[in-house]
Amino acid sequence: MKLRGLRLFAVASMPALVFAACGDDTGPAAAGPPAGNSTPEGDITVFAAASLTDAFTELGTAFEAEHPDVSVQFNFGASSALREQILAGAPADVFASANTSNMDEVVDGGAASDPEGFVTNRLEIAVPAGNEAGVTGLDDFANPDLLIGLCAEDVPCGEFGREALANAGVAPSIDTDEPDVRSLLTKVEAGDLDAGIVYVTDVMAAGDAVEGVEIPADDNVVATYPIAALTDAGNAELADAFVEFVLSDDGQEILQSYGFDGP
Amino acid sequence: MARRAGPRRARQQRIPWLILPLAAIAVAYVAVPFVALLQRAPWSDLGGLVGRSIVVDALRLSITSALAATGLAMLLGIPLAWVLARTRFPGRSLARALVTLPMVLPPVVGGAALLFAFGRRGLLGGPVYDSTGFLLPFSIWGVVAANTFVAMPFLVLTVESGLRAADPRYEDAAATLGASRSMIFRRITVPHAGPSIIAGAVLCWARALGEFGATVTFAGNLQGRTQTMPLAVFLALESDRDAAIALSLVLIAVSLAVLLPLRDRWLTV
Repeated sequence: MKLRGLRLFAVASMPALVFAACGDDTGPAAAGPPAGNSTPEGDITVFAAASLTDAFTELGTAFEAEHPDVSVQFNFGASSALREQILAGAPADVFASANTSNMDEVVDGGAASDPEGFVTNRLEIAVPAGNEAGVTGLDDFANPDLLIGLCAEDVPCGEFGREALANAGVAPSIDTDEPDVRSLLTKVEAGDLDAGIVYVTDVMAAGDAVEGVEIPADDNVVATYPIAALTDAGNAELADAFVEFVLSDDGQEILQSYGFDGP
Repeated sequence: MARRAGPRRARQQRIPWLILPLAAIAVAYVAVPFVALLQRAPWSDLGGLVGRSIVVDALRLSITSALAATGLAMLLGIPLAWVLARTRFPGRSLARALVTLPMVLPPVVGGAALLFAFGRRGLLGGPVYDSTGFLLPFSIWGVVAANTFVAMPFLVLTVESGLRAADPRYEDAAATLGASRSMIFRRITVPHAGPSIIAGAVLCWARALGEFGATVTFAGNLQGRTQTMPLAVFLALESDRDAAIALSLVLIAVSLAVLLPLRDRWLTV
């Protein structure tokens, strides 16, 4: 007898919960204090591409040093995952993407406007320390005896890597399409791949475990990273100030120390 | 998962008042995201999305590798569960903790650990590769190895608790009647632990079917060679949300088709 009550409860409560979940799509209401003075204060949350992790962490510290009443929180992840979170109404104030297409979708979704390119990144071949396979350039990617990894076509580094290979006229013999650049780098670091195409900044961040082999400028692809304050930013003034700081000389100096090029 | 004396009586029991709402919340908590997924599914394009070669390849690879991993986990895990349940030896609690480690380890870390152990320059993988040229990563064997590593604990824990619940006096009686040790294991122990072995194998298979982190880290991702359904879903999510949802529905349908009949069976044993 009581089980029927249970079923009714479950069925009755489901649409209500679904409805409640859908209601969140509009995003957070303005949470920060209204901007009254010229010195920004409060908290902001910056959603940034995983490849910016080290550089933005330092940027955040420098920004906080310049504005003592400000606290910067970061959420690093794949640009596509961040895009989904932002479009689903995650409480973000600034979005820094590793490619323009994810930013474009956020802009099309009405969550941001007027993104600006703030750095560029070039591709480089990553090989394990010692380069036992003797990789000298993109031509080696056609060698079926080598263990070759790329990023998957669906993510920016995979798209750009294939573009570079096409520029060089090389049909690669691929052993794995990695879901992101960090996981490709892990396999190169461990010596399980002979070569992979990553960003210049990744080779730099990997330190001694990985060596870089340059890709000539004619074949190379330049990735532009756009940044924008988000429409629903809780503290719009602070979000703008952070974007300005990233574009400022101080911000650019920090970014370039991690291997990024100017916009 | 041991045999229960009176499942029918248990069903007619009066239900304590707090149980119902909590159980309802538990069901809703699982059901709501699932309903939300269905609501976002691209129903009109489903046929076209599901018929792609990438889906067929990934599904075939997922089902075979999860089955192979379950077989391997049973071959190694049932004896291990027996040892953990029935013997005492120094370091037994350490062994048990080690076996459950893959359950708490983030799968990506597990995959990296596998790479450091069985990769081309790994602890064991290095010497094997140098002498034979055999390599686990980037092959279906790598997928099976990663699946087994992550999913075997579910089988071991389930079977171990089943063996603990079984009455050891049957085995003692068989021994006094002259049965050999291997005969006791085959004729008494395994049949007694049967329901828990089935339950453990199903849990193990389900976990292997959904495995993502360790697989992608250890075995890599290449369509037709190492790309299982979860990997295909993850990558599709990067570029085509509709395709990702369609792929997830296929994975869910396959697991439900296997789990529903089995679950009913082992619960009513």
